[in-house]
Formats: sequence, structure tokens, C-alpha cells
Amino acid sequence: MELRRSMLFIPGNSPAMLQNGGVFGADSVILDLEDAVAPTEKDSARMLVAHALQHVDYGTSETVVRINPLDTFGEQDIRAIVPCEPGALMVPKVQSAADIKKVAEWVAGAEKPGQAPVKLVALLETPQGIQEAYSIAQADSRVVALALGAEDYTASLGAQRSKEGSEIFTARSMVVNAAAAAGIQSIDTPFTDANDEEGLREDTITAKKFGFKGKLAINPRQVDIIHSIYNPSLADIDWAEQVVAALQKAEAEGSGVASLNGKMVDAPIVSRAQQILYLANLLGLRKETVE
Amino acid sequence: MSGVLKTAQAGTLESGDIMITIASGPSDSGIVLELDSIVLAQYGKAISQTIRAVLTAQGITDVYIKAVDRGALDCTIKARTLTALGRAGAVLKEDLV
Amino acid sequence: MKNAIGREIPELIDGFGQTVPFAGAFQTTPTMQRQAPKVKTIRPGQSKLMDSLEEVFKKIPITDGMTLSFHHHFRNGDGVVNMVLETAAKLGIKGLKIALSSVFPVHAPMIEHIKNGVVTALDTNYMSGPVAQAVSKGILEKPVILRTHGGRARAIECGQLNIDVAFIAAPAADDYGNINGVQGPAACGSLGYAFPDAEFASNVVAVTDHLVEYPLSPVSIPQTRVDYVVKVERVGDPKGIVSGTTRITKDPVGLKIADAAARVIEASGLLKDGFSFQTGAGGASLATAHFVRQMMERKNITGSFALGGITGYMVEMLEKGLFKKLMDVQGFDLDAIRSIAANPNHMEISANFYASPFNNGCAVNKLDVVILGATEIDTDFNVNVVTGSDGVIMGGSGGHADAAAGASITIVVANLLRGRLPIIVDRVLTATTPGETIDVLVTERGVAVNPRRSDLKEKLLAAGLPVKEIAELKSEAERIAGVPDSLVTGERIVAVVEYRDGTIIDVVRQLEE
Repeated sequence: MELRRSMLFIPGNSPAMLQNGGVFGADSVILDLEDAVAPTEKDSARMLVAHALQHVDYGTSETVVRINPLDTFGEQDIRAIVPCEPGALMVPKVQSAADIKKVAEWVAGAEKPGQAPVKLVALLETPQGIQEAYSIAQADSRVVALALGAEDYTASLGAQRSKEGSEIFTARSMVVNAAAAAGIQSIDTPFTDANDEEGLREDTITAKKFGFKGKLAINPRQVDIIHSIYNPSLADIDWAEQVVAALQKAEAEGSGVASLNGKMVDAPIVSRAQQILYLANLLGLRKETVE
Repeated sequence: MSGVLKTAQAGTLESGDIMITIASGPSDSGIVLELDSIVLAQYGKAISQTIRAVLTAQGITDVYIKAVDRGALDCTIKARTLTALGRAGAVLKEDLV
Repeated sequence: MKNAIGREIPELIDGFGQTVPFAGAFQTTPTMQRQAPKVKTIRPGQSKLMDSLEEVFKKIPITDGMTLSFHHHFRNGDGVVNMVLETAAKLGIKGLKIALSSVFPVHAPMIEHIKNGVVTALDTNYMSGPVAQAVSKGILEKPVILRTHGGRARAIECGQLNIDVAFIAAPAADDYGNINGVQGPAACGSLGYAFPDAEFASNVVAVTDHLVEYPLSPVSIPQTRVDYVVKVERVGDPKGIVSGTTRITKDPVGLKIADAAARVIEASGLLKDGFSFQTGAGGASLATAHFVRQMMERKNITGSFALGGITGYMVEMLEKGLFKKLMDVQGFDLDAIRSIAANPNHMEISANFYASPFNNGCAVNKLDVVILGATEIDTDFNVNVVTGSDGVIMGGSGGHADAAAGASITIVVANLLRGRLPIIVDRVLTATTPGETIDVLVTERGVAVNPRRSDLKEKLLAAGLPVKEIAELKSEAERIAGVPDSLVTGERIVAVVEYRDGTIIDVVRQLEE
């Protein structure tokens, strides 16, 4: 499974930002044709992002393009962008499974022969979209993640956005649960105050506790902080290694039951330990013990 | 030549961008390019070549282009030139817009 | 003949004379005596106060061909240079050499004085704006001498730059010539760059718009070295002298570079109690201070001193106890002025004390780490901070080469691509700072370590920093931007770039039209 700890928005009509989007180490960059682009510049941004996808090296970052809503320039965006081989499209304001099915059909029609299938990330930012989260997540095999867009969502609710986020408690729970039920990732809403590092840290800790697999980022400075929360700590890795060792010991001894510090190592614990070690290996955090 | 072009513009004067203005030229005028760039000495030739290549590939022959470059990369120059052409009413060969 | 870094330096340069080629950062040892200005006396009751600059000119007297010196603490708010040159022009004086520690856009009127023959030579450490552009186009017959801040102090102290009259723009002075930089409407903080001029010039004139009752205190430049005091209406424009608050850049690429630079410092092992540090006021340099500060706070480290040009950010670190001392040769903002006036741990130091290579030890020698910028750096790590991408002079060493030579670790922070231009080239257009004094280049796409510092390279690799060969970074930049064409320069030399020890490290040639 690909890491999407951080998904960083890059304005689609800014050559300087598009050129440097790959240097911040985000797991995904989202080249944005929607909110970051003025209505009169949609053609210009679309052309620019199409060329950036073909010529700019985004390093290890997955390239995601946020297209415009389906009732505006969405179809045009798909026709122009999909043949340029982005890793995924982010579809804004998804309301229902039907929206995703329509997008999937357009994407299939736009793909070049032999092209790796373009994935979809559904951005849920309306009460209806949240309500339909599970059916959206299951609408097409291209869908790899649900992302929560809390700003538009709370505006539709008529709720005030707050820093601690009690107003999006339900939405967060529903998105995380629907994604998990469908076996895909869930990505949390961005923290919009780019200057408040402590606030971002707390908000990311909250998202991780909810079960989100990553967080949208609206400023490159947010990437490292988000990663610092999502990366397993040395204590986590240490614990996970002990779990695995206990398991191996039990197997060697022919015992069906492993235990660590007097506690039984059951399936959920093994699964959590394996997840930690998988991440730690992927991020090169176990270098010392491997060598 | 795909009919008379409207005067059109694309791009900005921000760092890393290029602003392209296109207008129809008299027939047989060829491509008249006026280039201003902060990296004229290092990339003037390359920029001019890129713009001309885009125009030629699109079958545009008689045209006046003013390009004010703020250090744009090749892919940006291509994108802005194509956008300006699209806005000027040229029918683009690549289905990108 | 070629100097030690392979730059072609003529043995004899028209309007400059015989050259001594750069031989290596520490290869030249001094053999001269210190400069000693004439001994003077002044009797009780004798007044130093003059009614006008014109009166000073007549009293000294200032004649054709003299060397007049000025400091640049008023930066782009300076009024004194223009006033003095106007007076010279009015009195019909010709052939002056102007030794101004830095030239700013505000000094544009100098171009007329050059055209009229009032000014025929220029000696400076940094120049930007119209004068720099005119010089690049060959307006002066004699090449400009571009020195380092430490090199200028050295040249004055060692009798290689002889000053007939030092005009010292004084934010506050009394009628007997005591001067400080912290009072009055044109307060600028430290007067560090004016000290060598005051100490070694044949004549010293204080020019002030804030004349206070005798005795002024505190005293930066003492009455014992000052011949005359002139009160004028306004010595400068405070808006051009200091900025409000110096802020950390918000540019994400600059912050990314600064963060990596801070991690380089951490990995070097120098970030511990007693740490000493210098950084510039601009972009990624100041932002590096921000990340270093976070590390110091986290690890509970108390540094020894911060050196050089001082900003409010460094003042805050002093006040928070992160550094014990500030050694201030030049203040950049209101906080720096406030602090140097009130805090005994915020020291005013002279240009000699700061950076001169020929004395019994300058402060840069005690530096652990300096963060510097670059307009170009070549694969031998030589840095250009003099000429821009169009070949026109747009800066100068200032303290760049001095701090690089002194510090244990010299880190250059720069965007790998500025706009479209790769920062790394095969050969910098103008070499300012020799590669042997540069240890690490930090860019947004990786870190390159000078092969001379394999010790450091190992530490950075162990810390997981993205270390690459400098040639590798160069090709990466060229893959993105394309290989740039080279500028074509002509033969005519418009500036001679002097290394801090007085040898010639490079020349600036006029561009082909």
C-alpha cells in the first residue's frame, strides 16, 4: 500500500511552485486546478499542469491532480490531464457513487493504451458526500482514498470551524470508517493556519487517533510536521520488534501462544506491530538494526 | 495558417513564468518574435527556439509574438505559448485544452 | 599569469598597477609597518565646530587627487556622501578617490561627479544600483577596487589605502568630536566600519545632524581622533538606514534550505554549549538562525557569541539567553540599535576586530559556523557574490570572504535554481571567495561537501542528510533548466577583486556590447 501521510496542494497556475513541488518530500503532491485557479485562468493552468506532469520530476512524490467539479470543467480537465499520466486524480465535491462512476468512465476513455490506470481520490466536502462515504468508496476500483474537506462541509452545515474541531467529529468518524470498511485510505482535512505549527501538530495527532492514514497540506512547511506525527517513533519500532521476536520464539518452541511482558500477543497486536515495521522499513527508520 | 488570430495573452510576470502576447501578423511576415528575458544571455536562444518550435508544430506561420520571460522553464514556455494560441483562436493540434 | 584558483590576472593593470596574485587563503604574510598618521595638537579654547562642509574643505584644505573616505552604516539612507561630493564639485575639485565601504542606489549622483571628473577612482567592498551599473559599463577610467570588509580595514591599517580625509556620518556628536551611532534621528547602531577610517586617516571630520552638549556618551569614536565637526540639516533618511523588524522568510524553498543547513550544523557536532555563529540578514540565511535556535532550545544549549551584521532576531536570541554575547560590526534594524545602546553584552566591534587578516587576531577566527549566500558557485566551490547573471556588478564580498576564511565550517545556502539559472557552474564569472574556504553547499535538492572535508561528509551522511557530489547537483539543475550559454566578456577591466590579504583573486571585465 502506498504511503499518503501527506498530500501537498500546489497551485496549478504557478510555474515556480509547480517546478519545486517535488522538493518538499510530500508523499503526494496535488497539482490544483480547482480552488487555487481563477475561473479565467482554468485553460492556462490545465495546459501548465499537463506540461508539468510530463517534464517536472516530482521525485518520490505521487502526482495527483485536483480537477474541477464535474458540473464545470471536470470533463475537460480529465481529457487533458489523464493522458499525461498522473498517479491519481482528486475529484472535488463528490456527492455520490454516481459521480465517481461518471469520472471513472471519462478517465477510462481518456487513458492511452498501456497506461497505468489512473487512481481516484474522492474529496468529500458536503453533508451528502459524507453520508454517502461508503458507497463512494466502493463505487469503483480506482478509488484509493477518501479525503475530508472540512471547510466547505462545515459551511454547508452552518457550523463554525474551530481549531479543536468538535464540529467535524462525526464527519471524521464517518470518513475513516467508510474508507476502512471499503479497504481504502482516509485522508484528513488540511489545517489551514500555515503559521501555527503547534496547532498543526495537535490537529495531526487528533487525525491519527481517529484512524486517518494521512493529512492534506496547504503549505510545504506542513509536510515535515505531519510526517513527524505519522512516522513511527523509536519506542514504537522497539516495541514492534519485541513483538515479532516473541512470536518467532513461540514458533521455535512450538508454542501456539506468544507472550510479551506477561501479556498475550494476539492477532491485533501482531497486525499493529507489522504495520509499524512496514512503515519503519519503508522510511528507512530501522537502518541501525538492519545493518 | 488557421485563419486570423485574435490578439491574446497568457502567463504572468511572476518569477519562473513567461508572459506571451500573440497577434496576427501580415501574410508572409513569418514569425516575428520580440523577446525580453532576465536570462537572455544564458537562455535567449533556447527560449526563442522553443517558442518557434511550438508555433511551427501548430502550423502557425505569420504571427507577431511578444514574450516577457521571468526565468520560465521550457515546459512553462510551451504551455504558455499554447495557451496564448488557444486564446487567440488557433485550433490546437494537441487536444490539451 | 594565473593565480592559485586558476583565474587569469594581468601582472600590470592600467590604473591599478602591479598585481600580486592570490596564492591561497593563508599563504601571504605581511611584512609592512602599521600606518601612522601625523601627530596633531589642539589648544584649549580652540573650536572644532565648522559652519559648513565648504569651510571644512577650505580649512583642511581638500585638494585635487585626494582620497576621501566614508562608511556605509546609513546604507540606502545615506546623505553624507552626496553632500560632500556636491561640495567638492562646487569648489571645482577634481580627481578624487572615494573610499566608501559600500555603495548603494542612493549614491547615484556620484555618476555625474564621475562624468565631470570630480571623482576618478572608487574603492569599496560592495556596490549595487546605478553606480555599480555605470562602473560595469566602464564609466571610470581606473578599475574600481573591490575589497572585503576585513580587507579594507587591513588596507587602511597597513598603509595600502591612505585616506586624506575621513568624513564620518555621525548619528550623534558633540562639538569636540565624540561620536556614537545610537542617538539622534539617524541612529544606525554600531559604527564598526568607520573605526579604521577614524583611526588612520590624516584628517577626520564628523558630519552630524544631532549635535549634543559636551561630553557625548556613550562614545564610539573619540574626540582624540576627530579634527572637525560639522552640523548639517540632515545626515540621512532613517527609512533607508534601518528596517523595522527583520522577518524570517516565508518562501517554502528558502525554509527547506534553511532547515537542511541547520541539520548540517547539528550533524557537524559543533552545536553544543559555547557555539559561535554568524549569518546574514536575508532569506535562507536568517531562516537558518531560526531553525538553529529551535535546536538550541530543544537541547538546552547556550551559545557563546553571534557575530557580524546583527538583526533583531539575533538580539532576541541574546535576550533569551541562547547566546552570551553579540559582536556587532553593523546593525540592521531598530531592535539591534536598541540593544547595542542598552545591553553590555551587545558589543560594538570595529571592522579590524571583526575581520582584518593582518592583526593579532580577528573575531571571524573564533567562529564555529557561518552561513553565507552566493550568486554562483563553481565545482571547485569558488563563490561569486560580485556579478549578477547579466555580468553586471550587483554586490561584493563585504564580509563574505572574511567569515568564510575564519569559520570552522562555512556553509553556503542557495537555491539550486534561481528562476531558471543553475547556481552551480563550471567556472564562476567572478571569484570572490576561494573554494578552499567553503565547506558545504546546501540547496533545496541536496547538500554538497567540499572534498577537502571528507570528515564532515561522513558526519552528514551518518545523519541521513541528502549528500551529493557538487557535479551531480549541477547536472540535476541542468537537466531541469537546460545548459546555460556563457556570458561573453571583453578585455577591459572595470574592477579588481582583492582578497582579504591584498592579493588579487579576480578581475571583472566589461561585457561585450
